[in-house]
Amino acid sequence: MMRGKSGRTHKFAESPVLQLALPAWRSRLVAIFLLASFGLLVGRSFYLQVVNNDFLQEKGESRYRRDLEISASRGKVTDRNGEVLAISTPMKSIWAIPADAKLNAQQAQQLAKVLDADAKELARKLASDKGFVYLQRQVSPEVADRVAALKLPGIYQNKEYRRYYPTGDMSAHMVGFTGVDDKGLEGVELAFEKSLIGHAGSRSVIRDRRGQIVEDVGSIRPPQDGKDVRLALDSKIQYIAYSHLKQAVADNKAKAGGAVVIDAKSGEILALANWPTYNPNNREHLSGGQLRNRAVTDTFEPGSTLKPFTAALALENGKFRFDTAINTAPGRLTIGKATISDAHPHGVLTVAQVIQKSSNVGVAKMAATFSPQEMWEMFDAVGFGQTSRLGFPGEVPGRLRAWKSWRPIEQATMSYGHGISVSLMQLARAYTVFARDGELLPISLTRIDEGPVTGIPVFSPQTAREVRAMLEMAAGPGGTAPKAQVAGYRVAGKTGTAHKLEGGVYANKYVASFVGFAPASDPRLIVAVLIDEPSAGKHYGGDVAGPVFSAVMGSALRTLGVPPDAQMTIAQAPTLAPEAGSRIAQPRPVQAKEKL
Amino acid sequence: MIAIRDMPRRLWHGTVDHLDPPLLIITLTIMGVGLATVFSATYDHDNRLVAQFINMGVALAVMWAMAQVPPQKLMRFAVPLYIIGVILLVLVFLFGIKVNGARRWLNIGITRIQPSEIMKIAMPLMLAWYFHKYEAALQLRHYVIALLLLVVPFGLVAKQPDLGTAILIGAAGFYVLFFAGLQWKIILGFAAAGGVAAPFLWNVLHDYQKRRILTLIDPTSDPLGSGYHIIQSTIAIGSGGSTGKGWLQGTQTHLEFIPEKHTDFIFAVYSEEWGLVGNTVLLVLYLLLVGRGMMIAANASTLFSRLLAGSITLSLFTYAFVNMGMVSGIMPVVGVPLPFMSYGGTALVILCLGLGILMSIQTHRMLVKK
Repeated sequence: MMRGKSGRTHKFAESPVLQLALPAWRSRLVAIFLLASFGLLVGRSFYLQVVNNDFLQEKGESRYRRDLEISASRGKVTDRNGEVLAISTPMKSIWAIPADAKLNAQQAQQLAKVLDADAKELARKLASDKGFVYLQRQVSPEVADRVAALKLPGIYQNKEYRRYYPTGDMSAHMVGFTGVDDKGLEGVELAFEKSLIGHAGSRSVIRDRRGQIVEDVGSIRPPQDGKDVRLALDSKIQYIAYSHLKQAVADNKAKAGGAVVIDAKSGEILALANWPTYNPNNREHLSGGQLRNRAVTDTFEPGSTLKPFTAALALENGKFRFDTAINTAPGRLTIGKATISDAHPHGVLTVAQVIQKSSNVGVAKMAATFSPQEMWEMFDAVGFGQTSRLGFPGEVPGRLRAWKSWRPIEQATMSYGHGISVSLMQLARAYTVFARDGELLPISLTRIDEGPVTGIPVFSPQTAREVRAMLEMAAGPGGTAPKAQVAGYRVAGKTGTAHKLEGGVYANKYVASFVGFAPASDPRLIVAVLIDEPSAGKHYGGDVAGPVFSAVMGSALRTLGVPPDAQMTIAQAPTLAPEAGSRIAQPRPVQAKEKL
Repeated sequence: MIAIRDMPRRLWHGTVDHLDPPLLIITLTIMGVGLATVFSATYDHDNRLVAQFINMGVALAVMWAMAQVPPQKLMRFAVPLYIIGVILLVLVFLFGIKVNGARRWLNIGITRIQPSEIMKIAMPLMLAWYFHKYEAALQLRHYVIALLLLVVPFGLVAKQPDLGTAILIGAAGFYVLFFAGLQWKIILGFAAAGGVAAPFLWNVLHDYQKRRILTLIDPTSDPLGSGYHIIQSTIAIGSGGSTGKGWLQGTQTHLEFIPEKHTDFIFAVYSEEWGLVGNTVLLVLYLLLVGRGMMIAANASTLFSRLLAGSITLSLFTYAFVNMGMVSGIMPVVGVPLPFMSYGGTALVILCLGLGILMSIQTHRMLVKK
């Protein structure tokens, strides 16, 4: 480049004029300086574009390439007939990048108006120094469209879903609810999280510095909506159970209550109601007590409702028959240092009458013929001491101690439902053995469509049929729960009235319960009712829980169109001997009081 | 008749005689690349292609006009231009308009001017004239006076504060001193003094200037502030790879991650789209331009024109080097546009004015010899 075109030109470094004043090294220095600078820039370029290229390219890509989530809808929860219990409705959230959202007074006013928000609050959010603020969540699509039409800078929208529960508090414990992030937190929403949850899709986009999407690139992964869950629940029966339970709790000034309806043919849970409950659509002021799904999370001493199981085992062992006479006189029985007693002495009773009159002494005498192991095995076989594996949060197994540590008095009290604890759901399920000719049915939260369900045989059909007859007597005239009768149907069932244990001492508080099934000729439904701490005067299972059972069972059978198997009038028992109670005479550690 | 017949030929000669073809071709090539890059940087919105085309036209006209002025006439402007420049700088110091914390502009009623731009040409002109005047008997005191002539405008511009421009003005003057034969010992002495004074100078620097130097060492120390420009531009350059993403395909550019993409940081845009190959081509073009300038300097017939040509040429290279160094992250961020590439009229006019002087020196040489 320094080459001249004629004799008059010289190489710069050799210019004679320059050399008058400059030594050659000075001009060479300039050439070196130029080339060094050139080399430095090319070198830097090489370093950035070849050596460090991958790193910088990736850095660049990370600045404009984004994977955007395409939200997926959560599956519906419906009852067995397709009625919606939980559904996700598409909503929008309105958010802003405060630094970009420079709104003038008029725009801010418009936005506040459209969002129906407080203008000052909105201004405060937009003045935040955060990079991201929600202005409003769960906005209806119409409102979101109106916000978009304002074309405000720095204001954006996201699709989101809002979970809505049409049946509200009625089936709250069954269905449960989801949190803000659309994840199931309670009930079926949690138990079936895996299938309900939608899998968000994604698409890759290129965004410019201002976050605007320039174009779609690469593959799109489509979102997968969650699967719907069809429960076994029948909304109509649920409503029946819920409303009668609510009424009974109010009438009896009780603390709480629960009701479970199981289909005796399939083991499907047709209803599960608790009181107190809550509105899943508005959970602002929620207490733990309201949230508790008592029918599966709370256990209680079942009391007399366990007597039929003792009787069944006695029949099964062949040592007793339906009409084997047992002398319960004088209404007291001493085992070791403790004495158990009936409230009213009954004298000699048949096995059937022991159940009908609910004699503690009679049952204890039967139990005395069992080994602890076989009794434990029977309780275990009907599902006590183990969770029913429904997937509900907080499901409890109840308390069934290992048989090796049983003392005779404990075995005696357990025979009539003390020193053992169960949940209402476990108890209702255990009664399937009587409703089903001796089989224990698995229970199901979801609707079962295929073939007949078979259970695990626990007792022989003969035994089951005989206990069924005893239970029918118990619910009939001369039994302990005539108020449980249903017009038009033969009813079988058993009352329970247990003193509550508080701090190891039986307090003057009761748990009244009734478990039964109907029609007795071909059982279709099992209904279990529990009223916790009735305090309006009555506390016997037959008086408090029995009428609820009757009302729920009657309405549910008619709803299902089950043909009646009895006359339409209820045979009223003449004045009833109110109870066949029994008592353990004082001694510790075993303290149990039991009435009916 | 003859005269009339000769008219077109004369007109042609009158037009092109004082142009230097190699310098013109190289410059037009770089300008062409610049136009393409300005288009790429701005076509998304606010297209500046036409505006830059007009800027180039005006600048080339100025170049042509300057090429017609013989160096001897130019010499007469040296002292007045320098004095006017210094007076304006003093006025800026006293009455300048403050923009973004710096006093660089002067309101002269009809418009605002930036006197430091005038100094970019006035400084080498003045010093070249000065050495030319005392060519016969240069003594140490002449160098001392020349240094004073250099330091006064430098100080005034640095005080504005506009360190970038001050350094460019200082460099233009220094090149004259260097070619005029400033003694090696004195250069070394100043370098040593500078080294010693550096820690003290550091304290004199404004906060934003310190920050710029610190971010050069570690841009990630302030990624959203002053480091932002450097990070974005190095990413853009790096993501270009060896062959680039292709014209109009630079993602960092078109997604607006590069700041000042059509002005000071246009090199990042060019680099991303043309890669290492493009960078090398552009650097070779600049080197050719500088080479031709040095040749003109070497062939110049007077000390004045030789010193002026050398200084203008090296200044040009300095602009290019400082800009590319800044954009690629090896120099601090200073507001220096890339010669003939960056969008903007003022810088282009000043540069072409320099080129015009170079052409004048080259083409009037023969006339002098005759």
